[in-house]
Amino acid sequence: MSHEHPDHEHSELGEMELRVRALETVLAQKGYIDPAALDLLIDTYQTKIGPRNGARVVARAWADPAFREWLLRDATTAIASLGYSGRQGEHMVVLENSPQRHHMVVCTLCSCYPWPVLGLPPTWYKSAPYRSRAVKDPRGVLADFGVTLPEATEIRVVDSIAEVRYLVLPMRPARTEDFSEEQLAEWVTRDSMIGTGVPREPAR
Amino acid sequence: MSYLSHADLGGRPNAERVQPEPEHEIFHAGWEARALAVTLAMGATGSWNIDTSRAARETLPDYARLSYYQIWIAALEKLLAERQLALPDELAAGRALHPSVPVARVLKAPDVAAALAKGSPTERPGVAPARFQLGDRVCTRRQRVSHHTRLPGYAHGKQGVIESLHGAHVFADSHAQGLGEQPQWLYRVAFSGVELWGADAAPGTSVAFDAWESYLEPLAE
Repeated sequence: MSHEHPDHEHSELGEMELRVRALETVLAQKGYIDPAALDLLIDTYQTKIGPRNGARVVARAWADPAFREWLLRDATTAIASLGYSGRQGEHMVVLENSPQRHHMVVCTLCSCYPWPVLGLPPTWYKSAPYRSRAVKDPRGVLADFGVTLPEATEIRVVDSIAEVRYLVLPMRPARTEDFSEEQLAEWVTRDSMIGTGVPREPAR
Repeated sequence: MSYLSHADLGGRPNAERVQPEPEHEIFHAGWEARALAVTLAMGATGSWNIDTSRAARETLPDYARLSYYQIWIAALEKLLAERQLALPDELAAGRALHPSVPVARVLKAPDVAAALAKGSPTERPGVAPARFQLGDRVCTRRQRVSHHTRLPGYAHGKQGVIESLHGAHVFADSHAQGLGEQPQWLYRVAFSGVELWGADAAPGTSVAFDAWESYLEPLAE
């Protein structure tokens, strides 16, 4: 996870390129994998499945009280109604933030993460510092993200270690009453749906 | 103890900052994307399950020194060799040298979208009634086990409260060992920071995680 100096890192990357290419070649020759399927898997997570999906879920919940109620009661079905379902999101639970309680999601044992709504996890989510510190020092971790919450707000860390996947429903920002769902979605950051951030005005 | 997980990091001392990252940064080298895809495609052959692959990753002796996708590749190579699907001499040569071993399925490009949309649900109906109900006070098991488990090290012998019932799910511990699904009720259990960390606990913090029924004992009234 850390590298001694740039030269070492460079040769290591070259080594990994070759190693993965060799692996892929052998597995394709043996008929276990279809290289075109691999291309499609990569394209899917680079262009189709990512945190904008989750942002649409959150914006809908902010705009539509009935959807919010459904989302908190049966997240898997409510999220599927917007077209997001499947691998690493088979069993979804949504946790709603409030002035009393802020949720932050981690997987201390590996990297469990709700792929259909957030895509692949960022490097920091899979890193030793986050996985070690989030459960014990969540306010310190929030500070690394530039976030400070009131002392009166309980920080509830959810360690996502079985096959249930968690999405945080952040608090709707003030003065957004007139916003369309599309405008609301622009305020929803990936980190605000993990609980390491809060919604913010999009950069213009 | 014959089984040691290097992945159980919760609560371990770590003074490093968390490094935030922009949303669009998914892969940091071309091989990382291929590593993801080849791992998913081999998982789809049905030669092992997700819990077996987690066990293969967390027991890599050099886990702490490897990057995330290096861990995935090392574990994949281990699983392939154990099952004779691909052997180290073949990976070194970059070509197949031994006959193929039959696999249950091959994920073809036209089936990718449907396979991802379907996923692999783990909830199983028809298991005995739940032992615990909302609000029940429970204690997590104290003993360490010598196999893959999903009870974090920091949460052994701790008292908490049941706050959600998730239905019965495939039991990761037995599934990882090739002992079948053996579904059990899964609960979300909440713990105070003080219960987990004692005097070190940060004020106003708590932790919840999902625990299978056999991780939990009722707390005497």
